[in-house]
Amino acid sequence: MRVPTPATFSSGLASSRRTLRERLASINRRRPDETAWETLEEALLGADVGVETTMATLERLRSTAADQDIVDADELVQALADQMRAALDADRTLHATAPDREGATPVWLFVGVNGVGKTTTIGKVGARLSADGQLVVMAAADTFRAAAASQLQTWADRCGAALISGSSGADPSSVVHDAVSAAAARGADVVLADTAGRLQNRKNLMDELAKVRRVADREPGAVAETLLVIDATTGQNGLSQARAFAEATDVTGVVLTKLDGSAKGGIVFAIEAELGLPVKLVGLGEGPDDLVDFDAESYVNALLGVDADEQG
Amino acid sequence: MFDTLTERLSGTLRGLRGRGRMRPADVEEALAEIRLALLEADVNVAVVRRFVERVRERSVGGEVTASLTPGQQVTKIVNDELIDILGTSPLNVQFASKPPTVVLLAGLQGSGKTTAAAKLAQWCKSQGRNPLLVGADLQRPAAVEQLRTLARSIDVEVWSEPGDPVACAAGGLARARHAGRDVLIVDTAGRLAVDAELMTEVARISDVVEPHYTFLVVDSMVGQDAVATAEAFHATLEVDGIILTKLDGDARGGAALSVAEVVGRPVAFASVGEKIDDFEQFHPDRMASRILGMGDVMTLIEKAERVYEQEEAEAAAQRLVEGTFTLDDFVDQLRQLRKMGNLQSIVSMMPGVSDQVRNAEIDDDRITTAEAIVLSMTPAERVSPEIIDASRRARIAAGSGTSSAQVSNLLKQFTQMRKMMGGMMGLGSKRRPASRKAARKRPKGAGRAAGGSRTGGGGRATPKGTSRTGKPAGKPSVADIDWDALDLKLPGR
Repeated sequence: MRVPTPATFSSGLASSRRTLRERLASINRRRPDETAWETLEEALLGADVGVETTMATLERLRSTAADQDIVDADELVQALADQMRAALDADRTLHATAPDREGATPVWLFVGVNGVGKTTTIGKVGARLSADGQLVVMAAADTFRAAAASQLQTWADRCGAALISGSSGADPSSVVHDAVSAAAARGADVVLADTAGRLQNRKNLMDELAKVRRVADREPGAVAETLLVIDATTGQNGLSQARAFAEATDVTGVVLTKLDGSAKGGIVFAIEAELGLPVKLVGLGEGPDDLVDFDAESYVNALLGVDADEQG
Repeated sequence: MFDTLTERLSGTLRGLRGRGRMRPADVEEALAEIRLALLEADVNVAVVRRFVERVRERSVGGEVTASLTPGQQVTKIVNDELIDILGTSPLNVQFASKPPTVVLLAGLQGSGKTTAAAKLAQWCKSQGRNPLLVGADLQRPAAVEQLRTLARSIDVEVWSEPGDPVACAAGGLARARHAGRDVLIVDTAGRLAVDAELMTEVARISDVVEPHYTFLVVDSMVGQDAVATAEAFHATLEVDGIILTKLDGDARGGAALSVAEVVGRPVAFASVGEKIDDFEQFHPDRMASRILGMGDVMTLIEKAERVYEQEEAEAAAQRLVEGTFTLDDFVDQLRQLRKMGNLQSIVSMMPGVSDQVRNAEIDDDRITTAEAIVLSMTPAERVSPEIIDASRRARIAAGSGTSSAQVSNLLKQFTQMRKMMGGMMGLGSKRRPASRKAARKRPKGAGRAAGGSRTGGGGRATPKGTSRTGKPAGKPSVADIDWDALDLKLPGR
């Protein structure tokens, strides 16, 4: 096991890349022409922001540029960064308890497609909450993937959380129910419930997930957060994932994982700007500490390849 | 938003009909649409740029033929290019003459390597091989246990030892030789391309086991980053092929194109479901259609292109306009249709066709029957079917081995068809209003690559409703007529 270096938002994103400013530098900076606009367009598309969101974003920028008579390429990038930051204005509070359900055992449910890093995220969230002195119970409700419970057990052991699991192939709702009951009996502060990865076009599996959420929200538990885990490498399918999971489980926030690689995770900009689902946490590695709060400014700067130091 | 490239192009290129040759300006508009379609399918921006450039070179100056609309023609060029990149034929795994054949799997975290390893082992078993799996992912908690559980279900041995993944892989190779296993599949830990330390490690694993095949495992939902990842893995490992996972989702899978373009190697296998058998050799043509959202329209276009005898068809169209379309022409059309191949397979390839039609029993026998009926008519009857009375009908039925009712039925349909076509040629744009909806609606289970021929996200073989608009002058061509839809309603029903 490698020793993970504690990550910060910017250091995790510091993979080598040409900044957008550098790319624009080769263009006439005095007067942004069509080439400059194409460069901006490719920067957004290349970060997985998506065609529709990119077009809409640049259209707004064009009108801003016309209104404010922006002629300098640097100013244009700055205006774009400002506009994108402003679009990321959803409330990112992580709820320790479910609203209006004081006294119930709060449940954080983690959902998403296969391989996005749900189990690892739970491990890291568990480590973080445990470090804050909270009593954490984990529910291994991924009863489908082979050895998923063992994987979660390793994380539970690391942070001293209790793990409730069922047998392979067991009903995930019953595992969650057992975990909530056990947590309530022990007076735990939170239940972190892992679920099996599922593709959002599998209707029966999405129905199953909706049931897991209903059961988790039943006395003595109350769902405080339903976090959709999205892999930063995800392309346009991320929007479809967000829509489907939000519909099935009333998603309260997004966790963006694997942002320590070369992917920029632009799809979550589209998800938050278009669907209003706030990005709450960011995963930057496999270590227990590699989980940070989402910060819109750093995210936009990284996405556009704007160096934070350059900003006035 | 348009659903499919075909629809986009039919809108853009409708002005091109009857002009003879595609002009650069027309093509530019089409290329802009192609660019958007590819970007929406998650093909990498840089790859799209190069791709569009190649399509531009092939399209400008291309002839506009009667059997294909310009939209179809450009779509076909796009499709051919796509298949060129994805691999013109499936990669056939050649097992080493001196076993074991070593296969190394590498990729990002969560791309599905462990599952793919087990599925590949099962596939090898189905080829009569005796594989050994190596669990060299010592990074992710319980990864080896996951592999063991999967392997147990297919009765395959797993080798793994804790500690160093390189030593573990070497141990696996020794075990395979000792136990007489003829295929060795090495599962490795997921790693980021930017992680130099882990990339060095996987290179060392590769040096130790000397794989015959190194497969990069790629999640079909991956976006723009597919290129950066593929470049890094290819530089480190010399990738031989790609395994595309989670293709049972509804992602367009443009990443497959990005990766194949970057590494210049084909996609070898596709993982199309959660079950261990949901793993198959990759079909480039189906993927091309999926990326463009077209069903297997291309195959249909190619078939039509191959068999359609242009002059005959034009002559028939001309007679149609003049109202002199006869039963002889009708039979010709049926024969053309039959040349295109098995009717059921043709219908199943058409994304715009409703489920009702798709599931209807259409067989070649019906064409044969219709043909027999017409051939039992006199030349005069074929030109003027109005003269067919009860006694003529009885004679025709006897001659063709059918019943009077069947003869009436065929005549009724022929009359309807002639009327309908006459109306169409006159009015142009109002056709099959329901088909658009049918094209949009994805049947249950849509998106599975294996069933791609039936479930492409819409689109249609011919751009209906566009044939006359924007074409004030010029000869009507057979391509203006929706033969597919019309002919299908004919035989014996």
